[in-house]
Amino acid sequence: MSYYFAIIGTQDNPLFEYEFGTSKQGGDGMARFTEQARQLNQFIIHSSLDIVEEVQWTNGQMYLKLVDRFFTSYISCFLTASNIKFLLLHQPPSSSTLTGGTSRTSTSIAANPTSPQTEEAIRNFFAEVYENYVKAIMSPFYRTNMEIRSPVFRARVAAAGRKYL
Amino acid sequence: MSSASKASRLGEEIWKTRIEKVNAELVVLTYGTIVAQICKDFENDYAEVNKQLDRMGYNIGLRLIEDYLAKSNTMRRCSNFRETAEMIAKVGFKIFLNVTPTITNWTGDNKQFSLVFDENPLADFVELPDDGRAQDQLWFSNILCGVLRGALEMVQMQVETHFISDVLRGHDTTEMRVTLVRYIDDELPPEDD
Repeated sequence: MSYYFAIIGTQDNPLFEYEFGTSKQGGDGMARFTEQARQLNQFIIHSSLDIVEEVQWTNGQMYLKLVDRFFTSYISCFLTASNIKFLLLHQPPSSSTLTGGTSRTSTSIAANPTSPQTEEAIRNFFAEVYENYVKAIMSPFYRTNMEIRSPVFRARVAAAGRKYL
Repeated sequence: MSSASKASRLGEEIWKTRIEKVNAELVVLTYGTIVAQICKDFENDYAEVNKQLDRMGYNIGLRLIEDYLAKSNTMRRCSNFRETAEMIAKVGFKIFLNVTPTITNWTGDNKQFSLVFDENPLADFVELPDDGRAQDQLWFSNILCGVLRGALEMVQMQVETHFISDVLRGHDTTEMRVTLVRYIDDELPPEDD
């Protein structure tokens, strides 16, 4: 499974992006996007913002779960209180669609973007990123809607990715 | 009983009984905002920012010493500079910031020591701007230097204070160097005849 994580500001401006792969089931944590897909991911994320805006007022939750899908790319969303959007695009490896169906892969979060386990793993990931995000923006030198360039924050997002996804 | 443990007991007791507490995050955010604003006002001339922070601290220190003496209730002079250091670290910092920096690296003539801060309540959440200069030039907590300088001046000690390392810059410790320049003699007012 490959992941592309982005934080989007209140003016639909990107604040942070990070690509990583699964570390579960012996994954090496590297993203497996093709060069073309990497360009496309940004567009997919951006287009899903429309759907996020539709969904966000329908329930009081911060975690909106899966909001959008583009072929094999699934997008989960988490909203912060100040309407900053965390978007996670996840793409199961194309080979798993061939080998899928065995009991092992059917429960693995890598192969199953729509399963409750995946949903829960992403929830945990978002919760941890949110906690670190709050710390990052509490820095006095950070202004609203500014790009998050903190290397500490990046490392913590990476750690959360390794831990849960 | 050594003066060190006496001082730390005193600091602990005053902290528990006589100090009004304030939310730490309020302090952190307020101080952080002040520093960020000064940086903006002086267009990231960090040398100037350090100077301003030091001056603000100095003005605080001039008055804070009165509060310190009133609360600590030790109307007795420190017998030497080592005792002064103990009182600064274990009573002064304890009652105003609830931290106790470690006193270390004395020079042979007992006129210079370091305060090593294990935690710095002013610097929570802070990450210095990544403009390539702040990491080398800005002393984020420089106000503390000024406070010490101002406070000690009011009790007849002229000192020189500066930070030599800061965890915010990626160093292992936050360390402030304090040097006693001289004891200020009571100066007679100019005669008016």
